[in-house]
Amino acid sequence: MSGSEVEAAVIAAHPPRNEPGSLRLFWRAFAENRGAVVGLLLMVLLVAVALLADVLAPHSPIAQYRENFLTPPAWAHGGSDRFLLGTDDVGRDILARLIYGARLSLLIGLSVVALSLTCGTVLGLTAAFAGGIADVAIMRLMDILLVFPSLLLAIVIVAILGPSLFNAMIAVAIVTLPNYTRLVRASALGELARDYVTATRSAGAGTLRLMFDTVLPNCTAPLIVQATLGFSSAILDAAALGFLGLGAQPPTPEWGTMLAGALEFYQRAWWVLTFPGLAILITVLAFNLFGDGLRDALDPRLKR
Amino acid sequence: MLRFLLRRVTLILPTFVGVTLLSFLLIHLVPGDPIEVRTGERGITPERLAVMRHAMGLDRPLWQQFLGYESQVLHGDLGTSIITQQPVWHEFTALFPATIELSVCAILFAIAVGVPLGVIAAVRRGSAFDYGLMGLSVTGASMPIFWWGLMMILVFSVALGWTPVSGRISDAFYVEPWSGFMLIDAWFSDDRGAVASAASHLILPTIVLGTIPLATIARMTRSSMLEVLGEDYIRTARAKGLGSLRVVVVHALRNALIPVVTVIGLQVGTLLGGAILTETIFSWPGIGHWLVESIQRRDYPVLQGGTLLVASLVMLVNLGVDLAYGVLNPRIRR
Repeated sequence: MSGSEVEAAVIAAHPPRNEPGSLRLFWRAFAENRGAVVGLLLMVLLVAVALLADVLAPHSPIAQYRENFLTPPAWAHGGSDRFLLGTDDVGRDILARLIYGARLSLLIGLSVVALSLTCGTVLGLTAAFAGGIADVAIMRLMDILLVFPSLLLAIVIVAILGPSLFNAMIAVAIVTLPNYTRLVRASALGELARDYVTATRSAGAGTLRLMFDTVLPNCTAPLIVQATLGFSSAILDAAALGFLGLGAQPPTPEWGTMLAGALEFYQRAWWVLTFPGLAILITVLAFNLFGDGLRDALDPRLKR
Repeated sequence: MLRFLLRRVTLILPTFVGVTLLSFLLIHLVPGDPIEVRTGERGITPERLAVMRHAMGLDRPLWQQFLGYESQVLHGDLGTSIITQQPVWHEFTALFPATIELSVCAILFAIAVGVPLGVIAAVRRGSAFDYGLMGLSVTGASMPIFWWGLMMILVFSVALGWTPVSGRISDAFYVEPWSGFMLIDAWFSDDRGAVASAASHLILPTIVLGTIPLATIARMTRSSMLEVLGEDYIRTARAKGLGSLRVVVVHALRNALIPVVTVIGLQVGTLLGGAILTETIFSWPGIGHWLVESIQRRDYPVLQGGTLLVASLVMLVNLGVDLAYGVLNPRIRR
């Protein structure tokens, strides 16, 4: 037994008091990255706005105030206090639409990530455990999906399924599936060679139990990071589809769809263009900052 | 080296078959019969429909149809546009140079700006410049470029009037299409103003399409430089008394660029995806604009053929990057 092993054994037998818990250690590493904390705060704010949309929104997102179309923001010349961020071409309050749009965007991110994370986990674990033909078939399929630029593939899928918010979410989930599948397979293969897996297997655990109960919990760190970053790309891609007229259909207050609606008159009414885009940017930025911070905190090897 | 090359090339074949299968299935998953889609509002008699289905081979089993499609594709026949009745391949080759010109300019812009910024940030690690640049880089990578492009138009074209809003060159110039690259064609035309016009049309789309690659390249250059700057041979070079500029540019950057080259290669998919949005915003007559229009017109053969061509292109570029990486880094040849 070497010196450090003895030391480790002693520490294990007598844990020192006041040792910070793993959660606190994680928070310390996470908070070191100031951008990540900003991202977290923005995320909390967004979730709050989405949950409290009914309370916060000054108007209905689809109510049309016919006498007030294209009203500038309150501080600009010709603006009105009734419509803080102005109104669009049919007199809908932009602030209200943005607030309800936050609800929609978070819902899109959540559904897309949940769907592709679930399918990707099952496919990746299957590939890692089954090996052989199943492994080759699944990974080849993922390679094929990766050859298509993601936005193009999403467009094609929506063209087949027909334009709607639901189909756009399906398309984005399919497009991002390879990332999760590859990640899960790679981490699972790394774990499979470990002793604890062999031990559990020889103790008589079935394959399903090994897959989801033994191996999967040890692959979660990279998956959490990927899911957070996947959230932002899902929101961005869904907004791009909405912008191309292939996502949410008007009058749904989806941010990308709002931008598409602004195309005809944004040159006269800058506010119709500026605010929905800023909303997308801030949301995507929040998740990216948070995801970067998570990666640094969860995987110190990648940290610089 | 030859074995490495052969293995990579053979690996690509099943992927190609898969890509053609996917684009083949596309047209068969689209709701509605392809012939009824083609005849549109006029309608068609059942007898005529049966004759046409037989003539087009639509009554054969699916796998036979796929083999037929595969052989057509390998012979360069990608179908005919429903709207223009032009072969898809002709339309693609006519529009492709516009997309290439835009993409090449965008990636050159991203490299020319991103690499120096990343190097400076790495050398001045922890400075305000470093933090500022990293903040901007995350923002750039989070950018909804369709909005970014419209904001640029709003500021530079509408408010300031510096750049034109759309197209590749002003109507005032007639440029003989020779290479298909507007800048080059304009250069060889007699009109001196043509080059300036083409360049002014190119500048905003270049910046917009180059934004995300720029953010990625700057970030990658920085982290790769940081790694290299900690190596022993850099300390040796410094100890020899070499000037710090020489150490950074000659010793460090050369080695730091290897991963950056890979990242640049992997940006091709991002660029082509981004081109769809950029070309739509700026009415740039390239592949992206063409594909979006094909959806709006329900021109499925164009969507199918165009998608297949774009995917094949990405595949070839990935192969090229793979091979280039094998040449640059002998360790991965195995």
